[in-house]
Amino acid sequence: MRPAEPRHGIVLEQLRKCYGPVEAVAGIDLVVTPGETVALLGPNGAGKSTTIDLLLGLATPDGGAVTVFGQPPARAVAEGRVAGMLQTGQLIDHLTVRELVALAASLYPHPRPLGEVLEVTGAAAFADQRTTKLSGGQAQRVRFALALVADAALLVLDEPTVALDVEARRDFWAAMRRVARGGTTVLFATHYLEEADAYADRIVLMAHGRILADGPATDIKARVGGRRIRATLDAVPLDELRRLPGVSGAERHGDAVALTCADSDLALRALLAAYPAARDLEVRGAGLEEAFFELVAEDDRTASGAPKATAHR
Amino acid sequence: MTAAYLHAELRRTFRNRRFLFFSLGFPLVLFLTVAGANRSRSIEGIAFPLYYLAGMVSWGALIAVISSGSRISAERQLGWVRQLRTTPLRTRTYFASKILAGYLLALLTIAVLDLAGTGLGVRLDARQWATMTLLLLVGLVPFAVLGILLGHLLKPDSLGPAVGGTTSLLALLSGAWGPLSTGHAFVEATKALPSYWLVQSGRVAFGGSGWPPAEAWLVIGAWTLVLGRLAVLAYRRDTARVA
Repeated sequence: MRPAEPRHGIVLEQLRKCYGPVEAVAGIDLVVTPGETVALLGPNGAGKSTTIDLLLGLATPDGGAVTVFGQPPARAVAEGRVAGMLQTGQLIDHLTVRELVALAASLYPHPRPLGEVLEVTGAAAFADQRTTKLSGGQAQRVRFALALVADAALLVLDEPTVALDVEARRDFWAAMRRVARGGTTVLFATHYLEEADAYADRIVLMAHGRILADGPATDIKARVGGRRIRATLDAVPLDELRRLPGVSGAERHGDAVALTCADSDLALRALLAAYPAARDLEVRGAGLEEAFFELVAEDDRTASGAPKATAHR
Repeated sequence: MTAAYLHAELRRTFRNRRFLFFSLGFPLVLFLTVAGANRSRSIEGIAFPLYYLAGMVSWGALIAVISSGSRISAERQLGWVRQLRTTPLRTRTYFASKILAGYLLALLTIAVLDLAGTGLGVRLDARQWATMTLLLLVGLVPFAVLGILLGHLLKPDSLGPAVGGTTSLLALLSGAWGPLSTGHAFVEATKALPSYWLVQSGRVAFGGSGWPPAEAWLVIGAWTLVLGRLAVLAYRRDTARVA
C-alpha cells in the first residue's frame, strides 16, 4: 500500500537555473495535480532537461522554488516518491537484466512486482541476458523498467522514446497508459508534438527557458500544429484574406500569399470560392520548429514591450 | 536496500575477470616466481618467501581497494551515478559498496597469497596470521578512500595507467617489492606514506621492525582524513557540474 498522497502535486514557482551566462530555465511557474499526465514539449535547448533535473533534485535552482508533493525534490527522491528516466545513462555491466531491475526494485520502499515490470516493458524476453549484450532499443526498455519498478507516485521521463523504433515506441506508450491509469503522475519531455498530443492530458510548451503555452493538448495543437496555404494571387488586400474562415494570418511574398490556418480545409474552400484566380496552390503542415519559432518570436515581441497591435502575424 | 546494493556490487566485482586477474593474479604470479626461485635465501635474517609474502600481500591488497573505488569513474561516465541520484540510495551506501567490494577482494588476495606462501614453506602461528591480516586491513583504510577520490578525479581512459602507476610507485617506495637501502633521508621520508606502514604490518608477524603504534596510527589517520576531505570535495564538485 502506498501512503496517502498529500494533496499538492508538483509546484514550480518562478523557477530559474543558469549555466554560466545561459539562462536554461528563466523563471517558470507550473502546477501539476496528482494523477495528471503532462508533456513538456519544446525544441532542443528549450530548458526541458534542466527543468527535469530541478524536479529530480539533480540540480539546485538559482531562483524560485520547486516542491514535489509538498517536499523539496531531494527529500521526495529519498523517500522513493519520484522515479526518473534520464535522457542519457547507460547500464552497469556484469549483471543480467533481471538482476539489474531487481537491484533497482530493492532501492524503493514498495516496488512493483519484478515479473510484471519485465512483462510490461517487454524486457522479459531478454531478462537473463547480460546488460552489455543488449541492442539500443532493448537497453532503453530496461531503463524504462528501472524507473517503472519504483512504483513511485511521480514518474519523470526525459525524451523516453528517443532511439526507439516504431514497435518499441508503441509498446512504451501502451505501458505508460497502464501506469497513468493506475494514478501515477507522469511528466515527460518530448520534442514530438504527436507524442505529446496522443499521450498527455496537458501540454506545456517551452522555448528559451520559458513556458510559452500551457493547456489541454487540443488547444496547444491548434496553436502550433496549424497548416499553411501558399498561392499565387495578385492584388488582393491581405486584410480580406485574413477575414476568410479558417485563416488566422496572411503575408505577401511578391506575387504569392502565405496563409496561416487554424483549419486549412475550410480556408482552402473559402479561398477558391472567393478568388477563383488563385493558382499554384500548396498546403503543408507548419513544422513544429517553425511553429515554435513563431511563438518564440511572438514571446520576444511581448517581452520587449512592443504593443501587441503592431505585431502583425 | 543497503544489503541488496552491496550484494549486487560484490556479484559484479567477482564476475569481472579482468579486474580479478590484475588485482589478484599479478601479485600471485610475481610471488610464486620470485619467491619460488629464492626459496632458500634470506633477507635481514628472515626466510625470503616470508619476507616477500608480506610485500606481495600488501601490494595486492592495495591494488584491490584502490581499483575498486576508482571504478566509480566508469560509472560516472555511464551516467549510472546520476541515475542512482534519482533513487533513494544514499551516497554513503554507494561508496560503502565500493569499499566493501575492495576489502573482500583484498581479503581474497591475502588468503590466496597466504596459501601460496604456505606452499612455499612459510609457517606462522594463528596469532601471527591474524595480527598481520588485521593490521593490513587497518592500513588499507586510506587507500580505500584514495580509490574513491581517484574515481571522481579521473576519466576511465586515464584510470588504468593512473592506478597502475600509483600502486606500483607506492609499492616500490614502501618496500613491498624489496628493501630500500637504509640510511638516506629519502628513505626515512617514505615513513610518512601510509603504504610504508601497510608493508610493515606484514613484517610485524615475523618480528621485523614492527609497527610502533603512535607513528603508524598517526600517519594512517592523517592520510585518511586528508584524502577523505579531498574525496568529499571532489564528490561535491562532480554533483554540481553542468548536466
